[in-house]
Amino acid sequence: MSTKERKLPAPVATPEGEAFWKAASEGKFLVKRCADCGRVHWYPRAICPFCFSDRTEWVAGSGRGTIYTYSVMRRAPEPYAIAYVTLEEGPTMMTNIVDCDLDSIRIGQKVKLVFKPTDGGPPMPMFTPVG
Amino acid sequence: MTIKGKAYIAGAYEHPTRKAPDKSLAQLHAEVALGALRDAGLSKDDVDGYFCGGDAPGGAVTMADYMGLKLRHLDSTDAGGTSYLMHVGHAAQAIALGKCNVALITLAGRPRSEGMATGTAPRLRDPNQPDAQWEFPLGLATANSYAMCAMRHMHEFGTTSEQLAWIKVAASHHAQHNPNAMLRDVVTVEDVVNSPMITDPLHRLDCCVISDGGGALIVVKPEIAKSLKRPLVKVIGAGETAKHQSGGDVDLTTSGAARSGAAAFAEAGVKHKDIKYASIYDSFTITVLIQLEDLGFCEKGKGGAFVSDGNLISGVGKLPFNTDGGGLCNNHPSNRGGMTKIIEAVRQLRGEAHPAVQVKNCDIALAHGTGMQLGARHGSGTLIMERE
Repeated sequence: MSTKERKLPAPVATPEGEAFWKAASEGKFLVKRCADCGRVHWYPRAICPFCFSDRTEWVAGSGRGTIYTYSVMRRAPEPYAIAYVTLEEGPTMMTNIVDCDLDSIRIGQKVKLVFKPTDGGPPMPMFTPVG
Repeated sequence: MTIKGKAYIAGAYEHPTRKAPDKSLAQLHAEVALGALRDAGLSKDDVDGYFCGGDAPGGAVTMADYMGLKLRHLDSTDAGGTSYLMHVGHAAQAIALGKCNVALITLAGRPRSEGMATGTAPRLRDPNQPDAQWEFPLGLATANSYAMCAMRHMHEFGTTSEQLAWIKVAASHHAQHNPNAMLRDVVTVEDVVNSPMITDPLHRLDCCVISDGGGALIVVKPEIAKSLKRPLVKVIGAGETAKHQSGGDVDLTTSGAARSGAAAFAEAGVKHKDIKYASIYDSFTITVLIQLEDLGFCEKGKGGAFVSDGNLISGVGKLPFNTDGGGLCNNHPSNRGGMTKIIEAVRQLRGEAHPAVQVKNCDIALAHGTGMQLGARHGSGTLIMERE
């Protein structure tokens, strides 16, 4: 089974997420890192969820990661794979696995970021298997 | 300070309906309140504390107005389907402090009449909810959230679909005796694993029913409980927590039950071998398996072996669970299964479960729930009760 393009609803950006979505529209993947504890978290917040410092900053993400888990939703007009991917930078983020045979997805697979268009909004960060 | 022995569950009522197109949501709340008050032998004017979750239309004040309640204590803690387990603990706290004497807790919903695609369609979120922009467009529904937990559990511990199926099989053995249950046919492991795949690795029969209905509880101070004619069901331990993505330190094979369960056991001062019956939230088969591990009924990763071969079937296995048929077969009103978990535990402690599933000498029981989503963020509530 392969992925057909499905229509994604647009993310409704909050002021906290605006910089991410602007960068995403330009094809850049940003993550939030804490200037105090040094850790990268997901999803991006103004205040670090680890140490509660308000000194968080946007940095470029590698866009490389590993599939932590996934599930192919069959009860949908187009089946799709929801997943968690552990980024090289540390945090595990909820996403979709796309542009592949959905039945070939496995936990532990290496994946890379692809942006997928949404219905009238900025693109969503998703991942596709590499190699 | 403890709630142990400070409050009793004096009334419990499960609405018999499973489809209620002819009733309003508020009406269902009032009907279950009436049922629980009658069960306790109390009247509406005895109620001075009211507890409800997000299913109560308009919230606690609106429901108090609708039912004509005169209150001195209100609590609308909402943690999804487990809210009602938390409410019992909170009611016991309020009673222990003298903030109320007779607490009413209600739950009702009509997702079936409203044609809600409960498990397989993403539910719209308030855009102000901080996770909404990152998750809603991804197609996160309820079923695929829990399915991701199951997939990871299988990967880490070798859990199989057949082992998960045993949970449904056990529930179906119990549901055959419940005339109100939505699904009363006994099913086999083969039936479960051969049912259509909904979201890998969860099959149709790994998922709970969608039903209308509701339930209510009356929690009272000891002096009142002892003045009534019903068997005495004492609250001896309660625990609650929230578990989430932890900023990206995601761990989908452990639930909040590890914390809320430990707290409840510590407060109750009982051991796992003392628990004669357990109501375990069963939105999906995997929910039961992970919670049983985290509650400490078996080692982490060994849940698959623990639930197999009928170990959860009353009269057959070591830990009879969900003897009403649970959410998997009986009822999951408002897509929130916590209330019915407590009600069946109360039936067991009173000796009022169906004779075919009644646990002998059932003196201590546990009820546990997971609310919202195991695969994203969830509330966790554990309750331990004792027959006096």
